[in-house]
Amino acid sequence: MAGDTVTAQTTTPGPAADTPLRIRTVTAENVLTPAGAAIGALGLDWVLFERVLPFSGVLGFWVSWYVLFLVFYTAIAAFQWDIQSVRDKFFSVAFSTGGVLATAIVIDQVAYTLVRGFAAARYPGFITQTMANAGPLSPVYVGGVAHALVGTMEQILLATLLSVPLGILAAVYLAEVGGRAAGPVRTLVDAMTSLPDIISGLFILAFAVLTIGLPKSGFTASLALAVTMLPIVTRASETVLRIVPGTLREASYALGGSQWRTVLNVVLPTARSGLATAVVLAIARGIGETAPVLLVAGFARGMNANPFNGWQTSLPLYIYYEIQSPAPADKIRAFGGGFALVILVLVLFTIARRIGGGTPGELTRRQRRRLDEQSARQVAARKGTSE
Amino acid sequence: MPSEAHTRMMPSVPEDTPRAIAARVSTGDKIFRGILRASGWSVFVITGLILVFLIIRAAKAFRFMGAQFLTTSAWITFSPQHFGIAAILPFGILIALIAMIIAVPTGIAIALYISEYAPPRLKRPLIALMDLMAAIPSIIFGIWGLLFLLPRIIGFDSWLGRHLGFVPFFNFRLSTSIAANYVGSTFIAGVVVSLMVIPIVTSLSRQVFSQAPQGEREGAYALGATRWGMVRTVVLPFGRAGVIGATMLGLGRALGETIAVTLIISPVWRFNFHILESGSNSIASRIAVDFGSFPDAGSMGLSALMAAGLVLFGMTLVVNTLGAIVISRSRSGSATAD
Repeated sequence: MAGDTVTAQTTTPGPAADTPLRIRTVTAENVLTPAGAAIGALGLDWVLFERVLPFSGVLGFWVSWYVLFLVFYTAIAAFQWDIQSVRDKFFSVAFSTGGVLATAIVIDQVAYTLVRGFAAARYPGFITQTMANAGPLSPVYVGGVAHALVGTMEQILLATLLSVPLGILAAVYLAEVGGRAAGPVRTLVDAMTSLPDIISGLFILAFAVLTIGLPKSGFTASLALAVTMLPIVTRASETVLRIVPGTLREASYALGGSQWRTVLNVVLPTARSGLATAVVLAIARGIGETAPVLLVAGFARGMNANPFNGWQTSLPLYIYYEIQSPAPADKIRAFGGGFALVILVLVLFTIARRIGGGTPGELTRRQRRRLDEQSARQVAARKGTSE
Repeated sequence: MPSEAHTRMMPSVPEDTPRAIAARVSTGDKIFRGILRASGWSVFVITGLILVFLIIRAAKAFRFMGAQFLTTSAWITFSPQHFGIAAILPFGILIALIAMIIAVPTGIAIALYISEYAPPRLKRPLIALMDLMAAIPSIIFGIWGLLFLLPRIIGFDSWLGRHLGFVPFFNFRLSTSIAANYVGSTFIAGVVVSLMVIPIVTSLSRQVFSQAPQGEREGAYALGATRWGMVRTVVLPFGRAGVIGATMLGLGRALGETIAVTLIISPVWRFNFHILESGSNSIASRIAVDFGSFPDAGSMGLSALMAAGLVLFGMTLVVNTLGAIVISRSRSGSATAD
């Protein structure tokens, strides 16, 4: 299919497509000025830190280096360019540092957890054993996260089943029904997305455990997770639903479709990939939540596969308790749990990116092929009946 | 305007009023809308339930301590009970403020870089990266902050303490050469929380920045503005409300951050402004640490935690709602085109 479109494009005569002209601003001055400033700042920083002033610390060194670099860069730039360009370049560099810094921190966190966690995760028993037979003094290769993995999977599954349908319905309400009441709902959903994560745990503790009398279990934990995930699902789904083109809805109404038909047959299928992304991202957020489950899940060292009965441990909870143990082996186990958790989040995140790359209505190549086949079948079937 | 002149010239013609279109809503649609409306309003129900149940469970503690709940700097929930939020509330606010001082400029810088400066092919990966940063569990931030950042930031702490001690906040009353005096400080907790707030500030401000009208950007360039000139005169004023809203939502998140703060701080019970010194506290971390000590559901300890949780919930709900209102105002013009 890709080959077809390429040949179609090359054979079609006509005006050349509008491609924006790339304006290159890489000149010797633009490269050498920051480089010179960086090296000069490094030298001065080293002299100041190691020889002149009684400073110490790696982080302090780099913070001072960055400040010196900005000063040097501005000064060198001021020798060559007018004040407007100097300001422009100063802010370009400052903002770019922001991008570099964010990248560095994310990569550092992920890599640090993975590298340190590998010390525990490399033992094959780590994902097949529980902590039932492992104490703080047991070596790292005894005990594992099997019970926490099972707990995490069950709790997140239940929380997803509870929060996703309600969240998507609420999003459809905001995007399709609207009206005067939708404004306050949207505001509250926005406000609830950054609700303190411990509050949902406290709420389920007060409501489900103390008032209704449910025992602490994987199920109460998933209730708390669902409260946390609901606004996230709603918020993300609404954004997706709102970019479904209005013309599609109007076409459906013009054909005599009722509103629920339109939503079910036009809006939701069009936004399907985006909705899937919203759901997976919400799962990725929910899977790492510690505070909500801390209060209502209890803690178990052994396997408990029944989420409705007895205390259950999830991965974040496992990490939380193991990292607070003074035993070195437990700290390594905590990073092993972090390894598993980060891998889970990364996998979910990649899935979310893969299914929801484009805008709503934009189909992947495979989806388009399937649609083509489907319509070909329908055309063939119709020909068959008419003949 | 032209239509007004038009009607004045021809007074005999009655003014055009659009016919009111009232389509009959079918029964199916009525039920459908009813279900949707109920789901939408469920978020109000949940918020209401949270408030109601926290109030019910907190009543005992409030009745016991009265107004002293706000003025007591201690947390003794076994007999003789004596507890209050006079230390943990301001500590929590201080942690959140430090986080905001770091996160807001950094977040805005990253947002501006992504929306205005980054080469087009870097934009999507960077946005994905910020989404990933938002999805990294707080427990990972916690163990990273505790075991990676803490040993590395102590040098910087001691540098601040020794050379900027004249600034009231950096004043260090303990021996500056003992590393343990820096562990578990308000400052370190604030730094870690700031990293968790950055993605919120970045993604919300980036969305409003990228909505700055193209025509006005080009207008600024056409008048000879540099890129910074364009950003300062078009993008930043356009995105100001969004940035304020993003800051408030970030503040709400920072006030309620639990696990990372709990892992990092060493709890103390007398509030102080010396952010570099070991010892801090927050409502959320108090709840996380303390909840396990009261197996008896009727005990005062649990009720006291509910009371603290209620204060935290009320505070963050107000901050977040204000932030959400500011944000929704800022994008009201593009509500349909978003």
